[in-house]
Amino acid sequence: MASRKPVRWHIAVFLAPAVLVYTALMIIPLFGTLAQSLMNEDAAGVRVFVGLQNFATLFGDALWSDAFWNALGNNTWFFVIHMLVQNPIGIALAAILSTPRLRMAAFYRTAIFIPTILSFVIVGFVWKLILSPIWGIAPGMLDAVGLKSLFAPWLGKEEYALTTLALVSVWQFVGIPMMLIYAALLSIPDEVIEAAEMDGITGWSQFWKIKLPLILPAIGIISILTFVGNFNAFDLIYVAQGALAGPDFSTDILGTFLYRTFFGFQLQLGDPYMGSAIAGAMFGIILVGVCIYLFGIQTRLRRYQF
Amino acid sequence: MTKTLKLALLTSTLLGGPAFAQDVTLTIESWRNDDLTIWQDTIIPAFEAANPGIKVVFAPTAPAEYNAALNSKLQAGSAGDLITCRPFDASLELYNQGHLADLTSLGAMANFSPVAKSAWQTDDGAATFCVPMASVIHGFIYNADAFEALGIAVPTTNAEFYAALDKIKADGTYIPMAMGTNDQWEAATMGYQNIGPTYWKGEEGRLALIKGEQKLTDDAWVAPYRELAKWKDYLGDGFEAQTYPDSQNLFTLGRAAIYPAGSWEISGFNTQATFKMGAFPPPVAAAGDTCYISDHTDIAIGMNAKSPNAEAAKTFLEWVGSPEFATLYANALPGFFSLNSTPVEMTDPLAQEFVSWREKCQPTIRSTYQILSRGTPNLENETWNASANVIKGTETPEDAAKRLQDGLASWYEAQK
Repeated sequence: MASRKPVRWHIAVFLAPAVLVYTALMIIPLFGTLAQSLMNEDAAGVRVFVGLQNFATLFGDALWSDAFWNALGNNTWFFVIHMLVQNPIGIALAAILSTPRLRMAAFYRTAIFIPTILSFVIVGFVWKLILSPIWGIAPGMLDAVGLKSLFAPWLGKEEYALTTLALVSVWQFVGIPMMLIYAALLSIPDEVIEAAEMDGITGWSQFWKIKLPLILPAIGIISILTFVGNFNAFDLIYVAQGALAGPDFSTDILGTFLYRTFFGFQLQLGDPYMGSAIAGAMFGIILVGVCIYLFGIQTRLRRYQF
Repeated sequence: MTKTLKLALLTSTLLGGPAFAQDVTLTIESWRNDDLTIWQDTIIPAFEAANPGIKVVFAPTAPAEYNAALNSKLQAGSAGDLITCRPFDASLELYNQGHLADLTSLGAMANFSPVAKSAWQTDDGAATFCVPMASVIHGFIYNADAFEALGIAVPTTNAEFYAALDKIKADGTYIPMAMGTNDQWEAATMGYQNIGPTYWKGEEGRLALIKGEQKLTDDAWVAPYRELAKWKDYLGDGFEAQTYPDSQNLFTLGRAAIYPAGSWEISGFNTQATFKMGAFPPPVAAAGDTCYISDHTDIAIGMNAKSPNAEAAKTFLEWVGSPEFATLYANALPGFFSLNSTPVEMTDPLAQEFVSWREKCQPTIRSTYQILSRGTPNLENETWNASANVIKGTETPEDAAKRLQDGLASWYEAQK
């Protein structure tokens, strides 16, 4: 006589804290915000359901849509810089660190990773000082090598400010791809490397032909983390350039645009309804990006089992 | 610190409560936590000595949390008897919701000019709901030692102003003017709102703009931008990335000769700068022209409409409106000037200089603060952006003015 499997209560019990905390702090606010983006106040100040009208304003009214597309464009450029600079440098650093002959690897690893654990406030402030045309060491250092003419007040010029801040952010976060790739490189079994060496594949071609294909899934994860992180970014811009994301909104990204709208700024009163609409649009953008990755790219990556 | 204080306040209320049962205790809500000691040591004892039977407790909140905290306290009915008022819309909203009492009939209101009261009145000026406390005045602070060394007289006209700047620039020892555009608000507040009133004739232009009789594209409103565009040549290297603290330091370290200022800088500059300082009001077009200054109303105090101690609170407010309070406050906080019509004796020479302009110049407030920054796009924020652009030369004065006018006209009926 087959006995019925006992109900496994412990699973629910162990999951409960995480599920409850996550629901309370993430799921409910997320849906609350999405619901709020469909509301607005009528003339009497009463909260009413307006359907997609906030989104129609956001994308249809030139006043809002110009600011939105500007922020989205800037945000995309911010992401592109990270993909083109941060991730290749991270991979290169990891490859160098994993060479057995490198001395003091632990020191380099720590030194490169430290900025990641610094607060945005410190990073923003330190870099503002370094690049300051008045007190900064950047003009002096360029002067020392005779390149003073290359110096410009980068953070104050429309054409450079966003790129400069993106590179500061790269400096701060390059440790993350480095660590993830480093871990992936270390997990490649020695047998595979030895087999490659037996076949005469060493040095650069070993990296390109053996190691890189094996760490591609890790690179995929890093790309998606970069994407989500960049499109949620706010802190560095806010610390360095303030909520108006100057000069002339050239560093305005979706996060700062959302902040200004939702919480208001100076004499501008906060508008939680339009703010929620922007948050909803950001959520949509990130959702689409992650879906493209999950269904379009990740399923096609070939995985190797050792 | 705050905890001990709260505990102390709590114990004193508990212990003191039964003993002085006939005493009325008034609580003041405020965002000026910096001024806590001044209130406790100077202002409140002076009031309590003159009004036995009324105790006053100053209970400030952090500035950034003040508006939100006050709103929820008022709605819950737990707010203090006296409410420190932000200028314009934030307080007007509280009055419209019935949280602030109408104080129009208060005797002390006679001690204030219409401009002083305008920040705490209904749009039609019929009801006033806060007693004005202090304002900040704009002008230029200069390095008097530098002026003396270079043989420059204090400029009064525009021509003299630029001649002085040219001379400082030619000499090369000092950066002529300490200002940056990185933080944007300096360009608007210490730039546009500082020199602007001279061109739009202070209150006359400001009110005409609100009524829709003038436009931001009119010459009077574009001219200050044309002046700002000229400032570019006199600012330090890399002023585009220069922040507000950078500008303050450049000036107090003696590296810059002129600082477009607000009077709130006075106490900070007094402790930082080692040289002699002076101040002059925004220069006028021709000698003898009327000068206009921005004497911006910043802080006031009103009464919680649901306060059970309304009589005692009114006594306190009458006192806040008196010349005695004005003298106490203005001397404790140099740079925050009393709005009282009675001139106040102040000991700080720089503060004296600033306040002396009230006698010869016409005062006005910042043009964007009343009514005009209620909609989207926000005129004040746009003015920051436009002023910074004009100084950097990335937007012409005319284009900037047109952009501001279009933005304002898009939501403000009188300008449509």
